[in-house]
Amino acid sequence: MNYNILIGGAAGQGVATTGKILESILKRKGYFVFTNKDYMSRVRGGHNFTQIRFGNDELYSHNSDLDIILAFNKETIINHSSRLKDNGIIICDYNIDTDNYTVNKLPLIETAKDVGNAKVFTSVAIGAILKAFDIEVNNTTNLLNKFFKDENLINLNYAALVRGYDMFKNVFTVSEPKLINKDTISINGNQAIALGALAGGVTFYSAYPMAPSTGIMKYLYSKSNSMNILVEQAEDEIAAINMAIGASYAGARSMTASSGGGFSLMVEGLGLAAITETPLVVVNVQRPGPATGLPTRTAQGDLGFVINSSQDDLPLMVISLKNHQDAFYQTIRALNLADKYQLLVIILSDQYLADSSSTIEKFNFDDIKIDRNIAKKNNCKYSDTYKRYEYTDDGISPRLIPGNHNNITVLADSHEHNEYGNIDESKKNRINMMDKRMNKIKLVKKDLIEPEYYGMNNPETLLVAWGSSEGSIKEALELLSKENVSIGALVFGDIWPLPIKKMIQYSNIAKTIISVEHNHSNQLAKLISQELQIKFTDNINKYDGRQFSGYELYKSIKEVL
Amino acid sequence: MATDIKLFNSNDENAWCPGCGNFGILNSLKKAFSELDLLPHQILISSGIGQAAKTPHYINVNGFNGLHGRSLPPALGAKIANKDLKILVTSGDGDTYGEGGNHFIHNIRRNLDITHLVHDNQIYGLTKGQGSPTTAKGQVTTMQLDGVRVDPFNPLATAITMGATFVARSFSGDVNHLAHLIQEGMKHEGYALIDILQPCVTFNKVNTFKWYKDRIYKLDENYDPTNKMEAYKKANEWGDEGIPIGILYRNEDATSFVDRIPHLRDGKPLVDREWKPLDAKKFMEDFR
Repeated sequence: MNYNILIGGAAGQGVATTGKILESILKRKGYFVFTNKDYMSRVRGGHNFTQIRFGNDELYSHNSDLDIILAFNKETIINHSSRLKDNGIIICDYNIDTDNYTVNKLPLIETAKDVGNAKVFTSVAIGAILKAFDIEVNNTTNLLNKFFKDENLINLNYAALVRGYDMFKNVFTVSEPKLINKDTISINGNQAIALGALAGGVTFYSAYPMAPSTGIMKYLYSKSNSMNILVEQAEDEIAAINMAIGASYAGARSMTASSGGGFSLMVEGLGLAAITETPLVVVNVQRPGPATGLPTRTAQGDLGFVINSSQDDLPLMVISLKNHQDAFYQTIRALNLADKYQLLVIILSDQYLADSSSTIEKFNFDDIKIDRNIAKKNNCKYSDTYKRYEYTDDGISPRLIPGNHNNITVLADSHEHNEYGNIDESKKNRINMMDKRMNKIKLVKKDLIEPEYYGMNNPETLLVAWGSSEGSIKEALELLSKENVSIGALVFGDIWPLPIKKMIQYSNIAKTIISVEHNHSNQLAKLISQELQIKFTDNINKYDGRQFSGYELYKSIKEVL
Repeated sequence: MATDIKLFNSNDENAWCPGCGNFGILNSLKKAFSELDLLPHQILISSGIGQAAKTPHYINVNGFNGLHGRSLPPALGAKIANKDLKILVTSGDGDTYGEGGNHFIHNIRRNLDITHLVHDNQIYGLTKGQGSPTTAKGQVTTMQLDGVRVDPFNPLATAITMGATFVARSFSGDVNHLAHLIQEGMKHEGYALIDILQPCVTFNKVNTFKWYKDRIYKLDENYDPTNKMEAYKKANEWGDEGIPIGILYRNEDATSFVDRIPHLRDGKPLVDREWKPLDAKKFMEDFR
């Protein structure tokens, strides 16, 4: 059993908050909930919606077919009623003009006024939705205090919930929730990255606000004083990355994030991190481009760019995030790998993951380790002959914190430099230093995680995808397995350097290989073809700024099979 | 008390032209550090790209020689990471006022406790002689053969207007004057801008050593550097009417960036603190 609710309206009407409250109640009642947001790049007006899917099994993605539409305006009804299931219902206020649509008109605003404040009409609506599923509204006051500080507002909203519940009827049957008393969390991708950064010991974070990456900074900022870390809103993305590099050089674990446009501004800084061998983690929360593109929508269009985002060759690692767990654990792993190899690590997320939230198991903090690979204060074997870029067996030079060791100075340089960090243009030095840096690619290959495989053994058809497509891939495969289609999928998380073992293994088994990507030019498929000379039979692309739902993808796969 | 000035000598081969004003600035830095009784590892110089930006190679202190125009952001990151470091920025007029203009403006707002030396030779040296943001309008350069078309940037007036808390000018030909200003800038708890007039012997044939020498005059003890309006007037004195050098403006009442953040101000430097993953575990409550 799973149901799908859409809440839609204009920006500023409370769509997002209503969604969060309903999501919170459903999760606390013991259901798996997956919520995704579709919003426009504007503060007022337009058309925004939140889709809340809940059920008794783990959910990996959104669904297109709707059971309930809660409409705050007429546009919501016009835009989405075609997606309503046969027994689906539309709920809206009495006063909304609904033409010929079949709608359950309720006195939402009038009741809210009667309770004491017209604004709580959204809670009246939530109450009505809960009644439709026969999910009781009791024990929800302790949830409301997450959203409202004022005691009076909490009581008003609770009263509104009860009134909404009492005014409507039961429509759908729900089974007993499975997660009662289970310790789960509901978190979105940006928050999971930020929490990973905190668990992973990030002490300095600098960024410039840019949708859809801003949520990371916002969450970290809200925790900065209690964690004794610093989050700085930079004057631009160039400053953001250069600040993070300066802090990392000086010994603080640092991170920055942006989206395509801001990431573009950071590119010279990526090279700076690489040539100065300063550990750095940069998150790119992808949105459709080029330039401003679609600011609040989703894409996987930056893979090709990110892997090649530098003048000349530099060592870097690129990790794409498949889901909310990844967002947490891979951020921590990225921070440790950055320090281990004094390496630039780029994390690729996207708007879909950033703004969707999922009910998942609590993160395990107990096994997390912070590995810095730096000598302790006044405890190192080096004298005044310390060389920041000393040649060593594996090419990783000893890293010291400037100021922490008497008589030792640390020189970092963006020019080609010698072991001391001084400018050196000689041929021999250049070759040695390039080899030293590029060797990190070899080193990091030992730490690579192969892509996850889903599906049956020996599949005739192999899907190849990456990042947040994982959710819809899993759901599409479930639907296809019911039809006994011989199919499986490799979903890449680590993406550069490219893990090749499973790709080679499955490409030898499958007769047809199909890439599934949220971009126009099959960027992962091109990369795999380039690295492994593997030919793809077909490509499924979606680049309209919206994520495949599992069912949509299922239909697209059927079309090409 | 003073540390041995030789401690600050670097072994690196110097790439500046003989007679370059940078040598005077380099000597002033060493003199200031020694007289402030500092040791090399206690100091960090951050720079961008240009001739001035090579300074970290020619002096033995911690150095971060970053990107063109980006000398300030790494300095900010480093100061936050380790507030005990004495941080200076050495970069030119192109680096600071041109490519790095946005950072210049916004770091004034932060009042970060660093000392910013701008080696201002009013020309692009490393790229061989184009007009810089401070080149006079009409001046002929190796590229602008018909003269620079745009008006020069006034860094000191801009800094004062933006609320900078220490605004000074010196001359690379006067090591004692500059060394004194560097010391005052480093003692100042906040952002200290020192614009240093400096001849470029190779590419600027107008603003020569003699040109500066004939025009500069030192602000005397009757000058009140706490008077912002006076400072603004002085910042607009230029050319044949005379060029004031010294501390034009000083405000010791403003709070520096680090002191605006209680846990940074009161605690150990961030690099000396330890973070444990379990410290963040409690935040999972936000998502239950």
